[in-house]
Amino acid sequence: MSGATGPVLRLRGVRRAFGDHLVLDGIDLDVAAHEVVALVGSSGSGKSTLLRTVNLIERIDDGEILLQGRDISDPRIDADAVRARIGVVFQHYNLFPHLSVLDNVTLASRLVHRVGRAEAERRGLELLASIGLADFARAFPDRLSGGQQQRAAIVRAIATDPELLLLDEVTSALDPELVGEVLALVRSLADRGTTIVMATHEMAFARDVADRVVFLDAGRIIEDAPARQFFEAPREERTREFLTRFRA
Amino acid sequence: MTDSTDARTATTDAWQPSTIELERRSFRRRQTGRSVLVSIASTLAIAALLVWALVGSPGWTRVVETFFDPQVAIASLPRVLEGFWLNIQVLFFASIGVVLVALLLATLRTLRGPVFFPLRALAAGYTDIFRGMPVLIVLYLVGFGLPGLDFFPRMPVAFWGTIALILTYSAYVSEVFRAGIEAVHPSQRLAARSLGLSHGQTMRRVVLPQALRKVTPALMNDFVAMQKDVGLISVLGAVDAVRAAQIETAHFFNFTPYVVAGLLFVLLAWPMIRFTDWVSARMRAREQVGSIV
Ligand SMILES: Nc1ncnc2c1ncn2[C@@H]1O[C@H](COP(=O)(O)OP(=O)(O)OP(=O)(O)O)[C@@H](O)[C@H]1O
Ligand SMILES: [Mg+2]
Repeated sequence: MSGATGPVLRLRGVRRAFGDHLVLDGIDLDVAAHEVVALVGSSGSGKSTLLRTVNLIERIDDGEILLQGRDISDPRIDADAVRARIGVVFQHYNLFPHLSVLDNVTLASRLVHRVGRAEAERRGLELLASIGLADFARAFPDRLSGGQQQRAAIVRAIATDPELLLLDEVTSALDPELVGEVLALVRSLADRGTTIVMATHEMAFARDVADRVVFLDAGRIIEDAPARQFFEAPREERTREFLTRFRA
Repeated sequence: MTDSTDARTATTDAWQPSTIELERRSFRRRQTGRSVLVSIASTLAIAALLVWALVGSPGWTRVVETFFDPQVAIASLPRVLEGFWLNIQVLFFASIGVVLVALLLATLRTLRGPVFFPLRALAAGYTDIFRGMPVLIVLYLVGFGLPGLDFFPRMPVAFWGTIALILTYSAYVSEVFRAGIEAVHPSQRLAARSLGLSHGQTMRRVVLPQALRKVTPALMNDFVAMQKDVGLISVLGAVDAVRAAQIETAHFFNFTPYVVAGLLFVLLAWPMIRFTDWVSARMRAREQVGSIV
């Protein structure tokens, strides 16, 4: 890991097409350590695809993805090891229904990072307690509300101290009254200095928590600006259109 | 961000059912009482009809003598039981073998990538052949064919019978496993891989446990089917319950030993059948609860 000062994540000319549908059209993006970057854009603009390529779930057709300065899009790299360094939370919480909440949270520590069960559970319980779910540690996920499940999924993703956390619309499957608790957790992670890239439709939240906002349209980055500037004085005409549509 | 758990239990303590609810309950009780009476009456009527038809038939006494002779039953029981012990042993080893081979086959068929094509094709061919071929023919081929190769050390016929059952049933059971694996939502696999779990770890720790849960009733059904088919190893000459009954039948000039053997198989299968029904019913109930919320 040479890049102590370089960006945690760097994308260079990342391209991905499904058939002749170009979904990512030469994406350049840098994410510095402790930075929170919000990806916004209309449905189908390629936000999820972008996050999936970073997590090596989706292959890219061209370009480079560098994690701590190393090219992880190189097919010779150990993809499992890379994924283990990146935490991901999906729109649908995807907890494992056959495992207790605590086992969900500790699974990767135990299997991938070879942490002993006692140590993993101590840390897992600590994390669950920090989000008020200690009482549910031994319960199965279906006993939890949607918001509780999503928070447990976030805790599962950070239990192994990933270098980068990817969040894909973590609140859009939730009832409005449950959104707040999940956003509060993301905010506290951001405050603690976690490096986060999140796709979101929550503009107010992006403005509040993100350092930078990246506007994606039809697979291209149209605007990449500090959050305040992005919302108050967007440079691009297309960004302005997008924002007015959201305010309406 | 702490959750208060008190709020949802507070109201349940002081609750008394309303008069409307009490009236509904007494109606349901009356309703249940009446259906119990109706079912008892109809069962009795049908039983009476059956007994009358059987006992009234001209050959009844002869059939009773040749199939239900208590003395023959008692005299043949030790031998038949001894044979039945062999069936149980075969069943035990065959079940273990079936689960292992079927898991292997099912996993092979889910492997992706061109490297694994030969393995996938092999597994697919295997299941196609052994699901299509009658058990009896597999038994003959394995029981008389494989020892004839003089390649394997000498083994008792029950061993070859066990192998034949494993071949046939693992083909069926692997399909059940495969259906279960495919019924696990792809997002589960995705979530596991995103955590850094390898393909194998994902399979073992995330996909298979969920798949097995989904197919438990189907698996138990196949197990019950195999419980009966262990009786077929008698065609190879193994002295199991069926073969012992055959010997005893010849000895007593009476078919009662077959009935004894048959009853033993029913007794063995019965708890499993009831258990299967119970598990299926429970799963159905759980799914219904899930579909309401
Ligand atoms: N596996 C795939 N095969 C074909 N097309 C795909 C595939 N995955 C994504 N796409 C297409 O890529 C485009 C971008 O999808 P993506 O999910 O990245 O959008 P998004 O910005 O996340 O949208 P949303 O806000 O609705 O989540 C869509 O048009 C989608 O149909
Ligand atoms: Mg998306």
